[in-house]
This record gives sequence, structure tokens and C-alpha cells, in this order.
Amino acid sequence: MKIEILGPGCPKCIKLEEITRQAVQELGIDAEITKVKDVKDIMNHGVMITPALVVDGVVKLAGKVPSIDDVKKLIK
Amino acid sequence: MANDCCNNSRVLLYACSGASDAGELADRAVRKLWEGGFAAKTCLAGVGADIAGFVSSARGADVNIVVDGCPVACARKSLQRIGIEPISIILADLGYKRGESAVTEEAIARVADEIKAMADSKMPAATGASSGCCC
Repeated sequence: MKIEILGPGCPKCIKLEEITRQAVQELGIDAEITKVKDVKDIMNHGVMITPALVVDGVVKLAGKVPSIDDVKKLIK
Repeated sequence: MANDCCNNSRVLLYACSGASDAGELADRAVRKLWEGGFAAKTCLAGVGADIAGFVSSARGADVNIVVDGCPVACARKSLQRIGIEPISIILADLGYKRGESAVTEEAIARVADEIKAMADSKMPAATGASSGCCC
């Protein structure tokens, strides 16, 4: 599984990454987590507000920092 | 998207960009507002095509503002189709009728001012168009 965290490096983006890493660890999923900071790369996903969570190329959420339970549901 | 994704991006702005003069006025006025930093313009076609990034962005925004040229209200209905009730502005309601609205720089500026005033009056109190940050 490939997970991308989209955002320029703001506090909410960092928070989403932390929560996502925790969710992956708790679920025991083998996932590669990468950060995408370049605005053009973010826009290539059609994302207009950040942070955003992309799982295997599909945007699952944008503009919010979800709970860890919500992240688990999105990446399962 | 704004050039800086952390600039004014909690309010998203859509134009119908329809084929008529009123649709063109909507598009160009929205672009003028975007360039002026009022809100981030985004792609209505992306919502209509059900592109996940555009749909997720609309759902994550504090406010979505749609500007339609005519009462058919394609932009508003595109947002409603994905379960979002946007702030809706229809230029025909402001007197800009389809086929009777010359697209001049003066008209674009006037329409942009009217859109901004209407949107501000309908904006939730806690959400200033220029106060939000996506971060």
C-alpha cells in the first residue's frame, strides 16, 4: 500500500502524518508513507485544500485532520 | 488552487463558465476575485467528473461559493449532487441576462464586486473569506 500525505509542511499536515503513521502501525499494515509538498504535485491530485490523504493514488480526504479511527477506516 | 495552498484556501470558489455571455462573465469575475485573494478558484468540471481530489476538497472546505450565469444553475446543482449546499449566486438575479450582458472589463469588475458583497453577506460569521488557512 502506498500512502501520500499532501501538504506544504504546515502543522495540520504534520499532524495528519503522525496520525497516519500511528494508524498504520496499529493496524500492522505494510505501507509506504510519503509526503508531497510541491503545490503542483498536490494540484495534480485535484486537491485544492490541504492536508490531504491519498491511498494507492485515490484521494480519501482533504482539508481536515481526521481521528485515528477515521484514518484506520480510510486505509483498511 | 491558489499559488500558495495555505493562502485563503478554506473558501472555494466555482464558476459555471457556461457558453453564454453571462457564463463568461461569471468565469471572468470569479478569476478576478481569485487573483485578488478573495478565495481560491477551483474546477467545477473536476467536481462534475467526480474526481476524488476535487470532491474531497469541496467536502473539506469551510464554504463553497458557486457563481452561475443563468437560472439553470449548473454550478450549484453540481455541488448539490455531491451533497454540498453552497452559497449560490446567479448573475441573472443581479440583472445580467443571458444574451444581453456584454463582457467588458468594466462589467467584469462590477460583477466581481457584486459577487463579493453577496458572498460576504451570506458567509457564516466565523468564516472570513480571507482569514482561513488550509494549514
